[in-house]
Amino acid sequence: MYAALWRLLPGPWWVRVIILVVAAAAVLAACVFWIFPWVNVYIEPTEIPTVDQ
Amino acid sequence: MIGEVLITLGVLVVLFLVWQLWLNDIMVGHQQGDYARQLTKSWSQQHSSAPTPAPSATGPASAAGPQPSTDAPPEITSAVDGRPFATLIIPRLGPDYIRPVSQGIGSNVLNSTKLGIGHYPTTQLPGQPGNMVLASHRKAYGGNFSDINTLHVGDHIYVQTPDGWYQYGFRNLEYVKPNGVGVLDPVPQVQGATPGQRYITLTTCNPLYSTAERIAAYGVFEAFYPASGGPPAEIAGTQAQAEGSK
Repeated sequence: MYAALWRLLPGPWWVRVIILVVAAAAVLAACVFWIFPWVNVYIEPTEIPTVDQ
Repeated sequence: MIGEVLITLGVLVVLFLVWQLWLNDIMVGHQQGDYARQLTKSWSQQHSSAPTPAPSATGPASAAGPQPSTDAPPEITSAVDGRPFATLIIPRLGPDYIRPVSQGIGSNVLNSTKLGIGHYPTTQLPGQPGNMVLASHRKAYGGNFSDINTLHVGDHIYVQTPDGWYQYGFRNLEYVKPNGVGVLDPVPQVQGATPGQRYITLTTCNPLYSTAERIAAYGVFEAFYPASGGPPAEIAGTQAQAEGSK
């Protein structure tokens, strides 16, 4: 998968590295700002921090 | 190929955990802090017609700073579910620690990225003799009470309303079972007693990452600083930051 991606990318090796770093940063930002908050709604157990009878 | 996909998914799960257990609380805490600063700013604008001493005027002549009122503090008489009526400022938890306090302990307050800290509707409001009990998550949704076990005896806990600042002194921690409703009594853990003082109680989960127990942090009312006189010196920086916020 990653080997195929490396072959698909244009330019010399350092251009490919720059493209991959930018792509990884974009994926990380998408995760933190949109994907994780969306998943969190379904995953988080209902923790109740209050005292109750 | 399959191995690479599985490794990628594994890395994403680890990233998700880092986000959920650490990064998200910081981000949500900032959002809640921003909302509290907006509240503070709108309240200070309500009072801007009153003669407020300018910060530049606080020279050596007024080095003592704003003085607490000697009268009984004003009482908040009602609060609307899901709406903020105060802010909570605890210097021990950081120079930026200011959070909104809203009525109710439902998910609309506690599981909100904007509100976070809720007030038990059956307990007293600021200024009323008795016990003002607040709840918030230990972790997740800002984790506002994450570090209340680090409070020291005598640490100040401030509750700000449009009227001014209620200063409480931290006294002690108590660990109870999830059904330990004695912490909600007007005199904590003394059922049926008539309150002669004003208490504040912060409740959250214990231990960290668990819901097996509850931790309660108790404070006793010490002084009230009217809004017209300006904030106590200890939280002047927090106040200035809020008034300068957008």
